Amino acid sequence: MPKDSGIGASSKRREDVRFLTGVGNYTDDINMHGQTYAYFLRSEVAHGKINNLDIADASAMPGVLKIFTADDLTAAGGVPCGWQVTDRFGNPMQEPKHPILAEGKVRHVGDPIACVVAETLEQARDAAEAIELDIEELEAVIDMKAALNDGATKVHDDLDNNLCYDWGFVEENRDAVDEAIKNAHHVTTLELTNNRLVPNPMEPRVAIGDYSRGKDEYTLYTTSQNPHVIRLLMGAFVLSIPEHKLRVVAPDVGGGFGSKIYHYAEEAMVTFASKVVNRPVKWTCSRSEAFVSDAHGRDHVTKIELAMDENHMFTAVRTETYANMGAYLSTFAPSIPTWLHGTLMAGNYKTPLVYVNVKAVFTNTVPVDAYRGAGRPEATYQLERVVDKAARELGVDPAELRRKNFIKPEEFPYQTPVAVVYDTGNYHATLDKGLEMVDYANFDKRVAESKARGKLRGLGIAHFIEACGIAPSNLVGQLGARAGLYESATVRVNATGGLVVMTGSHSHGQGHETSFAQVVADMIGIDENMVEIVHGDTNNAPMGMGTYGSRSIAVGGSAMVRATEKIIAKAKKVASHLLEASEGDIELKDGAFSVAGTDKSITWGEVCLAAYVPHNYPLEDLEPGLEETAFYDPSNFTYPSGAYICEVEVDEETGKVDILGFTAADDFGNVINPMIVEGQVHGGVAQGIGQAMLENTVYDENGQLLTGSYMDYAMPRAADVPNFSVDHSCVTPCTHNPLGVKGCGEAGAIGSPPAVVNAVIDALHRGGHTHVEHIDMPVSPARVWAAINNK
Amino acid sequence: MHNFELVKPTTVEEAVAALQGDDAQPLSGGQTLIPTMKQRLAGSEQLVSLTGIASMQGVTISGSTITIGGATTHATVSAEVAATYPALSALAGRIGDPAVRNRGTIGGSVANNDPAACYPSAVLASGATVVTNSREIAADDFFQGMFATDLEEGEIITAVRFPVPEKASYQKFEQPASRFSLVGVFVAKFADGVRVAVTGAGEDGVFRWAEAEAALSANFSAAAVEALDLPSEALITDLHGTAEYRAHLIKVLTKRGVNEAV
Repeated sequence: MPKDSGIGASSKRREDVRFLTGVGNYTDDINMHGQTYAYFLRSEVAHGKINNLDIADASAMPGVLKIFTADDLTAAGGVPCGWQVTDRFGNPMQEPKHPILAEGKVRHVGDPIACVVAETLEQARDAAEAIELDIEELEAVIDMKAALNDGATKVHDDLDNNLCYDWGFVEENRDAVDEAIKNAHHVTTLELTNNRLVPNPMEPRVAIGDYSRGKDEYTLYTTSQNPHVIRLLMGAFVLSIPEHKLRVVAPDVGGGFGSKIYHYAEEAMVTFASKVVNRPVKWTCSRSEAFVSDAHGRDHVTKIELAMDENHMFTAVRTETYANMGAYLSTFAPSIPTWLHGTLMAGNYKTPLVYVNVKAVFTNTVPVDAYRGAGRPEATYQLERVVDKAARELGVDPAELRRKNFIKPEEFPYQTPVAVVYDTGNYHATLDKGLEMVDYANFDKRVAESKARGKLRGLGIAHFIEACGIAPSNLVGQLGARAGLYESATVRVNATGGLVVMTGSHSHGQGHETSFAQVVADMIGIDENMVEIVHGDTNNAPMGMGTYGSRSIAVGGSAMVRATEKIIAKAKKVASHLLEASEGDIELKDGAFSVAGTDKSITWGEVCLAAYVPHNYPLEDLEPGLEETAFYDPSNFTYPSGAYICEVEVDEETGKVDILGFTAADDFGNVINPMIVEGQVHGGVAQGIGQAMLENTVYDENGQLLTGSYMDYAMPRAADVPNFSVDHSCVTPCTHNPLGVKGCGEAGAIGSPPAVVNAVIDALHRGGHTHVEHIDMPVSPARVWAAINNK
Repeated sequence: MHNFELVKPTTVEEAVAALQGDDAQPLSGGQTLIPTMKQRLAGSEQLVSLTGIASMQGVTISGSTITIGGATTHATVSAEVAATYPALSALAGRIGDPAVRNRGTIGGSVANNDPAACYPSAVLASGATVVTNSREIAADDFFQGMFATDLEEGEIITAVRFPVPEKASYQKFEQPASRFSLVGVFVAKFADGVRVAVTGAGEDGVFRWAEAEAALSANFSAAAVEALDLPSEALITDLHGTAEYRAHLIKVLTKRGVNEAV
């Protein structure tokens, strides 16, 4: 029976009332007394030497308060990188300085050179146009492989070359993998590109710096997924502001998809500027500006080889990937193609030997960092594409080849050859569920029906695994993280029984205010509306690490459970005093404390009142009040998995692909709010379809971004996606967190791209175009037509 | 956006007079001009709005001639000509999105002559007449290359006059990002012959495909187009499709247009 409240109920998203009626409070909605406006002069060339930067005339323009250049920021640090990767030879990665404003050189189109602060935005723009700027254009480094050639132009003069690192994992397995591939019965090889994406959250970035001269304190309002992380990075590494003098607020945030994790130069700039001009300074990114200033995603070029024995059992996987870092290292960029990618290369399979080589490369392009899925879509895409190709080469059913090589349900916990231990899973169950949902047995009939209409029908399967809630902190520290990856919660009970829960997680579309409240209310047995979730302000919530990597319910939710458990434990002590019974006999059910085996009981509200009006209270043994904080550091990742199946129809004549159906059968462990989970999958799949069919970021050889607006960058629209069939009835609860949850935020974007491409290739093969082994994403009509016709 | 003055005349004469001023520019639906101005890539001291001129609004149907005021929106055109000229109605009804269709105008689109715009193909394939404040220009003389027309400085399109064909079809293959036409083909069959106009594909903007017109005038069937081979030399190659792909699409869409013409 579906529940109507608490854990497992599809409670309606309470935050949507304000979002849908236009009364949300986004950063750009904040306007402060005396506010000024910042505008950034950005590089129009990809690589160049600044020969002259003269702000004198521009500074005298109407309304201009101050024009900042690198000369004003000599005391500030560069934008820091939060993860240090060690290469396969034991050396640290090459880590260039990332200045807030360009220091003598520009390294990508969009690189900020100067910041104008003026009374109005138009005045700031006028002044920016009046700045005298002479840039000597240098050769741009765009192609990753060419960037690594001897003698290639360097993006950073002070580095040895353009190689950030050459990483091997598991390095000790390198020779064994080579040997296994050499001796294999069959090896399937695939070369592919994981296309670069521009994140495009609905709300562009905004930052407001506000300095209080009276208190010598700074406040930064910013569109962030993790305000505490911004406070730490910007305060400690960039501006040397102690955390007790810096407040970071991330109010309602309209989507992030990773792009709002990072600390950006603009945040530091407006914070710094607000003290200099002694006025609040607001910067609102335009959509065009976002294309050249938000960190991009993906951009891997990969060769993968899959070795099999005569029984079609996988014996080894070897991959070589070139990963684009762009011009500078964004906050978590080095970790994406390494620890968030290499550790997933076993997939759902019992492949005993895996070797992953990644060369991270600097180029004169916008920095690249995590984007919904972050490394795991790149791993899943290549693996699920190569498994599909292998099935075709071997002449076996792609579902059967997967099933045969899956880790079996009874083999969990399963130690993979790529360090991680999967705690639970049942891949056979999700695959079977997905195939049942699409009526796999009768697919041939649908092929014939399409053929009668002159269309080629295809079906593509992908079975993904992801690792969410990256942890524990001591392990990630060893892997190079310069931060911990716990989460925090403070549960504050009010005297009249209502609760305010302050979480270090951050909601920017995920519906935390609803699902988190369901968890706490369920534990106590009270109405969800008695619980308010507060997040996004470093002055309220305890130090938290924010929201990304599908970590919020698994890590933030667990911290909340731990804090609520402390509350309940203390409340039981109060109840035992009031009921004059032994603490061990007190039971909490449906918001009432009772004495086991008696009819004596007292309500939740009476206990709360007693805690704050402690007239009849064990003051000698117990402090008054009901407020508890917990920090939760998980012992392992969580491992959601699922079967994603796409059905397409291809118009041979034009190359146009229509997606007829998309099915997702996921194992997310326990589910708090099924409706929110379903919505997360819908959004993720839409983004995955966007990557597979439409989105592409194209630079020309001079480093000009050819897809710098929606005129050329194709975003998915409602008509581009089908009705989704989503199921999450296959449940193997996570074994190491108190809720048994795994996380669902990124699954859709991870599992869907290979399903789409596999479906297109399947359609072409069924139509007789058996020479087409692969089409790079996006599988646009032009590319499909070219592949069919060998163009 | 830089500051500018906006004037909103109510007659064509007033508009023509206002456009004589230094650095004055006509503003119709503003669907190209306004975004360009916001990016500071265009700007004028004075914009002369054409949408307040009553005589430039609306659709008049007289026998087999449709006259559309230059400031008539795509949405109005789509609704008003649905019964008389379904292919033109369908074309207007698929330009942009509802916001664009309720702001953008036929005069603005035709005067701008964007190489990927839909309307120029209908004007050219229909053999329409572009009516200005001072003269009438045949479609064949009007379009003169990418973003180039026969219009003179300060000249305003007051109406476009379409002869209604026996049957016609507009086939639009969308560029995936902008949803402009990657290739659009308008096929119009008249008693005295067939006209085929192609948009989205030509390096010189909209053009007529003479070989297809001749073949279809002799035999109005997809089979008549099958044997033709359109050279790709003068066609656009960009990141959404090569000239060769566009040449192929033109042929496919022409055949589909013939099959679906109403």
